[in-house]
Amino acid sequence: MSAVIEPGRVEPGHVEQAHGDHHGPAKGLMRWVLTTNHKDIGSMYLWFSFCAFLLGGSMAMVIRAELFQPGLQIVQPEFFNQMTTMHGLIMVFGAVMPAFVGLANWMIPLMIGAPDMALPRMNNFSFWLLPAAFGLLVSTLFMEGGGPNFGWTFYAPLSTTYAPESVTFFIFAIHLMGISSIMGAINVIATILNLRAPGMTLMKMPLFVWTWLITAFLLIAVMPVLAGVVTMMLMDIHFGTSFFSAAGGGDPVLFQHVFWFFGHPEVYIMILPAFGAVSSIIPAFSRKPLFGYTSMVYATAAIAFLSFIVWAHHMFVVGIPLVGELFFMYATMLIAVPTGVKVFNWVSTMWQGSLSFETPMLFAVAFVILFTIGGFSGLMLAIAPADFQYHDTYFVVAHFHYVLVPGAIFGIFASAYYWLPKWTGHMYDETLGKLHFWLSFVGMNMAFFPMHFVGLAGMPRRIPDYNLQFADFNMISSIGAFTFGATQIFFLFIVIKCIRGGKPAPAKPWDGAEGLEWTIPSPAPYHTFQVPPDMNPVHEHRKGPGDEVLP
Amino acid sequence: MTPPHEEYYVPAQSKWPIIATLGLLITVFGLGTWFNDLSAAREKSHGPLIFFVGALFIAYMLFGWFGNVVRESRAGLYSAQMDRSFRWGMGWFIFSEVMFFAAFFGVLFYVRYWAGPWLAGDGAKGVAHMLWPNFEYSWPLLNNPDPKLFPAPKGVIDPWKLPLINTLLLVSSSFTVTFAHHALKKGQRKPLKLWLAATILLGATFIALQVTEYIEAYHELGLTLGSGIYGATFFMLTGFHGAHVTMGALILTVMLVRILRGHFSADQHFGFEAASWYWHFVDVVWIGLFVFVYVL
Repeated sequence: MSAVIEPGRVEPGHVEQAHGDHHGPAKGLMRWVLTTNHKDIGSMYLWFSFCAFLLGGSMAMVIRAELFQPGLQIVQPEFFNQMTTMHGLIMVFGAVMPAFVGLANWMIPLMIGAPDMALPRMNNFSFWLLPAAFGLLVSTLFMEGGGPNFGWTFYAPLSTTYAPESVTFFIFAIHLMGISSIMGAINVIATILNLRAPGMTLMKMPLFVWTWLITAFLLIAVMPVLAGVVTMMLMDIHFGTSFFSAAGGGDPVLFQHVFWFFGHPEVYIMILPAFGAVSSIIPAFSRKPLFGYTSMVYATAAIAFLSFIVWAHHMFVVGIPLVGELFFMYATMLIAVPTGVKVFNWVSTMWQGSLSFETPMLFAVAFVILFTIGGFSGLMLAIAPADFQYHDTYFVVAHFHYVLVPGAIFGIFASAYYWLPKWTGHMYDETLGKLHFWLSFVGMNMAFFPMHFVGLAGMPRRIPDYNLQFADFNMISSIGAFTFGATQIFFLFIVIKCIRGGKPAPAKPWDGAEGLEWTIPSPAPYHTFQVPPDMNPVHEHRKGPGDEVLP
Repeated sequence: MTPPHEEYYVPAQSKWPIIATLGLLITVFGLGTWFNDLSAAREKSHGPLIFFVGALFIAYMLFGWFGNVVRESRAGLYSAQMDRSFRWGMGWFIFSEVMFFAAFFGVLFYVRYWAGPWLAGDGAKGVAHMLWPNFEYSWPLLNNPDPKLFPAPKGVIDPWKLPLINTLLLVSSSFTVTFAHHALKKGQRKPLKLWLAATILLGATFIALQVTEYIEAYHELGLTLGSGIYGATFFMLTGFHGAHVTMGALILTVMLVRILRGHFSADQHFGFEAASWYWHFVDVVWIGLFVFVYVL
């Protein structure tokens, strides 16, 4: 390939040493700062995500402590607003998204037989931008006037005309994490499209790889739109433009359109990779191939497509034309079809399977059941006239916490337990893992299920005080939230215990598991698949019984 | 039979990403401080200094990181597979830029076809007319709902003068960069240099004319960022486009310098190709701007 270079024309200069020249990781702190290794970067993403999870979680604890009883007792309303805003931002951009990028970094090269991510230095850049962005974001809490207090959706004019001065740094923090996400997504797409082992055709890829391919496309399509909307805020705040001010011919509702054009695909960015992981885990513990592999791929693509044409279902009460209300209502309901395909496929995979319930499977089964509850409440919210009643109540809070906590986060927990043996070389403590699951399961349902009731009864979200009749349910919610929160410290303990020791893990610790990642030793060596494996004869048995009925 | 893969180049460690991160962080912190001090009319601001330090970091990183990639490429470390990774990377980067501009075009269409007429009492949400009962909608918007807050422009840029010339300049620059590419593929170095230099010259002329147009808008027409939604969308779209043309022209200049130093060959020149992709992209965006911002 490079035969075109005439000898002697190469300037003397530094060329970064290729990894083939040495085998282990570098020593010391600089290993992590300078690394280009997808496993190092994946681990850093996962640890970063966990730190953000605890930080965002502690803010949720402040919120639940204040809501433990009616009346104002612990924090001022101004600070409460900052807590709800930062809790949302940190959980969405700091906990859930980086966790999936970490899983992608670790697992995609292992699953497709690639030596690393396609652009390893850019991969390091994507990661290190995150601590920078979040350092900037969290520092706004200590600035004069306080941090962002306008809700994680930062609607104008709350976030422009009435925002604290720190909003400028909030905007730039969003820019930085957007750059990070776009570069990370480009890397994922280039890796999947270009670095698959010979014979690993697209329709032989594990579903986690498929869902990430589609997620990465969504990220590249909508993160620039988010960058656009915060840039317009910046211009409105500092340079006198009137994008979101009707006095100059703009429109505050325009903010919501642009924001939700990003925001709705964002919802799927946070759940599609979990779909993929669960689609690997359920077959492994059912000891059956996934039912309907092909339909899973098409359903994921259909969900991604639909996610672009439903954004205004977040804005039914803001005043959009009736035609718009109807279009967005029906388009939203359509999403239930491909999502239903997925849920039925998971259930059919388990049907007549030889099931066992290790921790990853517990989280995966809970995912299917509880995510479906979140899906159903979503369907309720999609009905425009009904949404007039539910809008901005705790019913909405219950809905999106059901899709994000037992959806995205249980998906991440299931993945973590499923692949921890591969990462650490040790089995985690199964008893403790199950305890973590049950405490999380009970805590999370106790925290979020009562919110449906108080929401339907009219309790508004984002308000630090509430009417007396909501007191009992709120106290139950708070106790559930405290349980769930404390349980996650316990998860930290389980992971550290697993890293430090435990039963040695074989290359393939789960007898029903499939995929290239189980053909390499546990723990995965620092460099894997430097020569890609030939996939041509393998994987023919991946076709499941659901595939025959499809063209 | 699948051909065996060549070994894929994975660099062991790199200092450039962390320098890039620090550079970006310092830059945006400086900008944020600067903007806040400007808006609060504070006399002293450390913003410009911090911004400048961050920009230095970024400049150092760009030279270092790209220089490194150029050296690796010329040392023959990149396989055909690596080349495809770069192609996918650049292609999807341009797609992200397309979506960035799409957001602003979306804003323009929304304002022109929905928000504007509603404010003047037309259409499904015409009830908004009660806010400013005297407001009449027209595009270009020469009377704002609240002229005290947002004084309207006296006029707008005539599309058939400078913008038409600019269109001709950019479209012909897309041709010249393609001629340069063909020359490179045939190994004709001299026409390559000439066509590329012509492309850069056309780009630079375009930027100069845009600056002239902005001066006219601000000083003679009262068309500013603060002159209501027409000025806001006009400057946002043309401003970001102009920034991208500037960036594209700089990239092409780097390519010209590399070509003068004897870089690139007839069958390996993705750096040049990526630059020309980017150039075509800014050209296509301009066509959209000319039609929807200036003419219609």
